[in-house]
Amino acid sequence: MTAKLEDPESFRERAREFVIANLRPSSGSKLVGILRDERTDEEELAEVAREREIQRGLFEAQLAGVCVPKAYGGQGLTPAHQAVLNDELIGREYPMRLQSPTFAPCLSVLLEFGSEEQKLRHIPAILKGEEIWMQFLSEPSGGSDVAGALTTAIRDGDEWILNGSKVWTTGAWWSDWGLCLARTNWDVPKHRGLTVFMLPIDREGVEVHRIEMLNGSKEFCQEFLTDVRVPDSDRIGGVDDGWTVGTRWMFHERMGTNSPLTTQPKGGALSGPDALPMVSIAGDADVLDDRRALDLIGEAESLAAADRALRGRLGDGIAAGTISDQASAIGRLFAGRVAIRTTTIGMDLAGAAAAAWAEDDESLVEIGHDYLMRQVSCIGGGTTEMAANVVSERVLGMPRERTLDRDVAFRDVPRSPSH
Amino acid sequence: MLLQLDSDLEFFRETTDRFLSEKAPPHELRRLRDSDSGFEANFWRQGADLGWTSLLVDEAHGGGSISGDRLVDLSVVAHEFGGHAAPGPLGPSNIVAGALSRHGQHLELLADLLAGSAVATWAISETVPHSPFGSFGLEIAVDGDEFVLNGTKRPVESAAESTHILVTGRTGGGLTQVLVPVASRGLTLRPMSGVDLTRRFSVVEFADVRIPAEMVVGAVGHAREAVEHQLRQGLVILNAESVGAMQAGFDMTLEWAIDRYSFGRPLASYQAIKHRFADMKSWLEAGHALSDNAAAAVSAEADDADELLSAAKSFIGEFGGELLQECVQLHGGIGLTFEHDLHLFLRRHTTNRALLGTPADHRRRLAELVIARENAA
Repeated sequence: MTAKLEDPESFRERAREFVIANLRPSSGSKLVGILRDERTDEEELAEVAREREIQRGLFEAQLAGVCVPKAYGGQGLTPAHQAVLNDELIGREYPMRLQSPTFAPCLSVLLEFGSEEQKLRHIPAILKGEEIWMQFLSEPSGGSDVAGALTTAIRDGDEWILNGSKVWTTGAWWSDWGLCLARTNWDVPKHRGLTVFMLPIDREGVEVHRIEMLNGSKEFCQEFLTDVRVPDSDRIGGVDDGWTVGTRWMFHERMGTNSPLTTQPKGGALSGPDALPMVSIAGDADVLDDRRALDLIGEAESLAAADRALRGRLGDGIAAGTISDQASAIGRLFAGRVAIRTTTIGMDLAGAAAAAWAEDDESLVEIGHDYLMRQVSCIGGGTTEMAANVVSERVLGMPRERTLDRDVAFRDVPRSPSH
Repeated sequence: MLLQLDSDLEFFRETTDRFLSEKAPPHELRRLRDSDSGFEANFWRQGADLGWTSLLVDEAHGGGSISGDRLVDLSVVAHEFGGHAAPGPLGPSNIVAGALSRHGQHLELLADLLAGSAVATWAISETVPHSPFGSFGLEIAVDGDEFVLNGTKRPVESAAESTHILVTGRTGGGLTQVLVPVASRGLTLRPMSGVDLTRRFSVVEFADVRIPAEMVVGAVGHAREAVEHQLRQGLVILNAESVGAMQAGFDMTLEWAIDRYSFGRPLASYQAIKHRFADMKSWLEAGHALSDNAAAAVSAEADDADELLSAAKSFIGEFGGELLQECVQLHGGIGLTFEHDLHLFLRRHTTNRALLGTPADHRRRLAELVIARENAA
């Protein structure tokens, strides 16, 4: 039995009505900067609360989870409907913090691997803005070698006891749930001894520590897990089969805001760079009539256009099945390269104000800190080096790197020079 | 090129690919290096039979589209031309044919262009301070029932092989386009040397060249919109062809890296080399995507068509050049020899990179368009 899908135009009317009645205008093409330390904790919490409220509103207006099946509180519609919503959101506030990682990859992973009971328990709550999720993935011992996780889960009856540490969770201090990759077997090769769990961040034994970045931002967190008890019913996927979940998890992470499960205004801050902030910077630095400045602005826009075009090509190709999922790594690699070059262009346009700025320097304020934080774009969400490995090995079919941890029990894998 | 072509277009692409593989293989390109025209008349007539010259021409004039989108069709042919570094006046012939069809003028010449029995070219470029973006020094004056042309155009592709040149110039404050027979008195051609093995260019000088009034294409002094239209078509062709050349260079270099052994293992097994291929792959796919997006925007007459075209031309010029030079580097010394085929694609890309605006020209133009858009908002 197939129900007839809502006509995209009537969906657009509903979306427009909601947007106009409920969402405030956003500040347009303002440069978002790189993890800038711009808000007090109170302001940050107020914004999170507002985003939860917007998400609740979207849910009540039947606009939340456009591509999520109706059984889990979504709308059961298509990426085309999501694109309509994104279009209608142009120039408006939206629940930015809920998109990544809550909708992609966490909700995507739940949809793909969660049990019926787990999906019914969590997906509607996510769609209502009641659950913000984080990825308990990276560890202090190594970010790129995800399958080398040291956080350990030991079975104790119907429960698991987790010990270890996770890091680089954005905003874990105001989030609710964590999707956690843990080692459940040290006696098999590393990919075969992992299991995925979910746990509430306020559970006993989880200590959230905020990391101060070089620019003063404290959005990133590290969690220390000490004898954290997780019921077996909160395990996602099979025991020791966590890498099956993990590979798809990382695919959904690479899809990022290309995922049809995420919502963001078309052309918004999360959908890639744009040269308009460069025009503002050049204007405020009074170099708009300088040939060198025009060259830089043109370069920024050509890269931005290339990034947008590439996202579209990869997204369409992956959706149509004409290219493999692994091709999303091409987009990740390129986006990193574009972002760091764009940051450098902003810095060069700003002139001496990049080193020292006055509070009334408008768009030139904090440009220098953005430059110091530049490499975030090539590190966060999987480094560009890992993406380059995926592109060369999985997309182009070049030989895999030789590794020393593939066919040995994980407990015998060297982890330091003294091993 | 689009990831998926509809079946008719794919058939058309395959036909062109097969024809070029057969008629214009690398040894033929090497032979043509020493020929005056750079292509054989019979080759071009056969290509015209395949449909290469009719894609911008209305059905009423004997043209037609395969996919329903003429520029997409043409960019598929151009991509194959790039992938084979193929000979023949693809850009000039199509642009002139398109212009004649659009204005419904000079239909006899148009029929010959369609049949491939004649070639015509478009003279737009001049030296600085003039630019193809609407600034021309060549003067087209009206004198009674004649035009008088004075000035110099360069480089003009396939001028010596053409019967007619579509000349863009200024008449007072406006632009005019006229069709000038190459045999006209006062018109001289100076063949130029160049990097492409089969593309020929000339300096074309006009010294009081007189032609009758009926040789106008469009309206006197009101050709700006038509010139911009032709420029967009020209950029779509160059972009698609350059991406085709990038793809060919990339493919042969990947194959080389997999087959070539050093220190007992394939080149392709070294991470230092794999990572460079990963970047090259991202430039290549971004080039395809931009080229296609810009072509679609031009077809749809979208507001951002010129922005996308300049973004594509500057990106494909800059990163395509880097990609092909990386291909040379990864080949080592053999990549710099005449014997190897890699330079065929580097030559084609290098030629296209410099025509109709360099990457730097297009970056500046793009910046001006973005600033104008921001000011209008």
